[in-house]
Amino acid sequence: MTTRSSVNGQGWLLLLPAAVLLVTFTHYPTVATLYHSFFSTAKPGRPSVWVGADNYRTMVEDPVFWQVLGNNVWFALGTIPASIALAILMAVWVNGKIAGRGLLRLSFFTPTVLPMIAVANIWLFFYTPGYGLLEQITALFGLPSHNWLGSRSTALPCLIVVTVWKEAGFFMIFYLAALQSVSPHLHEAAALMGAGRWYFFRRVTFPLLMPTTLFVLINAIINSFRLVDHIVVMTKGGPDNATALLLYYIYDVGFKFWDAGYAAALTLVLLVILAAFAVGQFLFLDRRVHYQ
Amino acid sequence: MIATWTRAALAVALLACLAGGVRPADAQAPVELSFYYPVAVGGAVTKIVDHLAAEFEKENPGIKVKPIYAGTYQETIVKALTALKSGEPPQMSVLLSTDMFTLIDEDAVLPFDDLATSADDKTWLKSFFPAFMLNSQTGGKTWGIPFQRSTIVLYWNKESFRDAGLDPNRPPATWAEQIEYAKKLTKRDASGKVTHWGLKVPSSGFPYWLFQGFTTQNDVILMNQAGTETYFDKPAVVEALQYWVDLSQKHKVMPPGIIEWGTTPKDFFERQTAMMWTTTGNLTNVKNNTSFEFGVAMLPAGRRRGSPTGGGNFYIFKKSTPAQQAASLKFIKWITSPRRAAEWGIDTGYVAVRPDAWETGEMKRYVASFPPAAVARDQLQYAVAELSTHDNQRVTKALNDGLQAALTGTKSPEQAMKDAQREADRILRPYRK
Repeated sequence: MTTRSSVNGQGWLLLLPAAVLLVTFTHYPTVATLYHSFFSTAKPGRPSVWVGADNYRTMVEDPVFWQVLGNNVWFALGTIPASIALAILMAVWVNGKIAGRGLLRLSFFTPTVLPMIAVANIWLFFYTPGYGLLEQITALFGLPSHNWLGSRSTALPCLIVVTVWKEAGFFMIFYLAALQSVSPHLHEAAALMGAGRWYFFRRVTFPLLMPTTLFVLINAIINSFRLVDHIVVMTKGGPDNATALLLYYIYDVGFKFWDAGYAAALTLVLLVILAAFAVGQFLFLDRRVHYQ
Repeated sequence: MIATWTRAALAVALLACLAGGVRPADAQAPVELSFYYPVAVGGAVTKIVDHLAAEFEKENPGIKVKPIYAGTYQETIVKALTALKSGEPPQMSVLLSTDMFTLIDEDAVLPFDDLATSADDKTWLKSFFPAFMLNSQTGGKTWGIPFQRSTIVLYWNKESFRDAGLDPNRPPATWAEQIEYAKKLTKRDASGKVTHWGLKVPSSGFPYWLFQGFTTQNDVILMNQAGTETYFDKPAVVEALQYWVDLSQKHKVMPPGIIEWGTTPKDFFERQTAMMWTTTGNLTNVKNNTSFEFGVAMLPAGRRRGSPTGGGNFYIFKKSTPAQQAASLKFIKWITSPRRAAEWGIDTGYVAVRPDAWETGEMKRYVASFPPAAVARDQLQYAVAELSTHDNQRVTKALNDGLQAALTGTKSPEQAMKDAQREADRILRPYRK
């Protein structure tokens, strides 16, 4: 009995540092956010008061909120499948025995190493109307000039491209690691059976990569709600909120409008969305993934 | 044993309290001041500020000044207000003049009238260009002291003017001329694609500021001095927006969609546009980077000439000791003295904030060697306050969204301004008592 409780105690002691950090920086802020979302924002002379669901009612009536939420869905749909597909493609390619493999791997990984702010500034130049890189290329084909970041229809797709470019290399590393752990015997066996390359990829490689895909998918979803640096540099959410994402809007409300109550309510929505994804992935997808 | 320890601890605590209590009374200790400041233009501004602080300390041995570079204007106010909420704000800060209402509503700053009480101080308060004080005063009190201030001016490429058969030394003076010149300056290739635009007025980030150029020229103001009313849906405001929208949609002399603020000067260097509207703060940047002859002019007149002012003011934070407040006032008076104001203007490109700074020998020599430097000053007589209301950033965003919607063609100017006004009314209602 004594030994058991001391083992228990030791276990808790070992968990303590991590638990303290988690509680201080994750759990407590989450609970505090929930709490504050039911209060009005304190102003000098007007202390914070309980307003019930008022902040949430404001949210439902706030057209900008619905727009940024919609933008975020499009942003997620645009970035996640594309960056994962590209990551697999690149990983399979640089996993093969080709000349200059090291250099190729390095070049695919470079976007990940660069800071987002620097990347955004480079792409800002790519998209510049008139003399930007993209315009110089389209001009060669005689296409008309286009204001890429300055039109509602193309601004968000432009940011999606930047994000895919930035993320694919990072995801590639995980796929590359996974591919290298795939036993070469499988390949030999498949070759003996006369399986084509595409068939082999579809029936053997891809299923074996599923655990990695699940991990990458979670990361990609989180990133699609978390990445806003490039918005600050490239569009500031414009034109007319066309590129504002949920987190960017939370920053606006919290640190430009100083409306802490409403910002807390918005943050909670973000948390609920992310939590729903995490739970869904672990409970549902995890069961369908084959671990070796 | 425990009692001894407790007693010892108490004694130590008591000593600490005493020491803490004694220190401020010590006349020998220098007063320490820290101030946050943003950098919004190119150049080695941090070095200039550090140099000024060091000069001040040399002349005032009893005061230590610590300038803290805090990023952009937006980052600086975030840092200042966060520091305030955590209980330790800086004693002074340079923040946007338009943040005045926000700072008052947060109960963060002191009016200068409370501190500047001597006759000398009162003359000093009256020594600035009146246009700059519009954004610094409300309710009969002065809350900010103009420091790094600017207006919008027109830059034009003299070579392009010559090529288009225009007089290179005569910029457009009216709205009609602006369109007429821009039409001549816009060049298209055989397929009809524009290779060289007539005019660029940036519209990313803070389009409301440039829009105020158009509205002022159309002889209408956007808000009241108390910061509780906006007039976005007035016919003259809609008309001003129509003129801006027409530049690209009807006259096709400006690129359609949103024009990026940050790359507009580069578009000008790269000969992508013959004329541009931007801040005087870019003057040094343009001077150093153009390979052609350029001119700087006041913005063209509609019913009248006009531009909003822009830029930053000095604020004194409430949460500081009387000694610190007095020292802060001393520093701000020093840094805005004619000599220092002239020095600051020449080094950065900002408009020296008081008329007598322009009478100093240094400034006179500078203007003689580089006449465009005086354009912004001459325009001040036509300048109005930059848009500033209670809950400023939110109201401004409502207007920005409307402007961008109209410029990208999603809403008609009338609809866009109606929507912006409705949103502004909703936000400002609690402030109208």
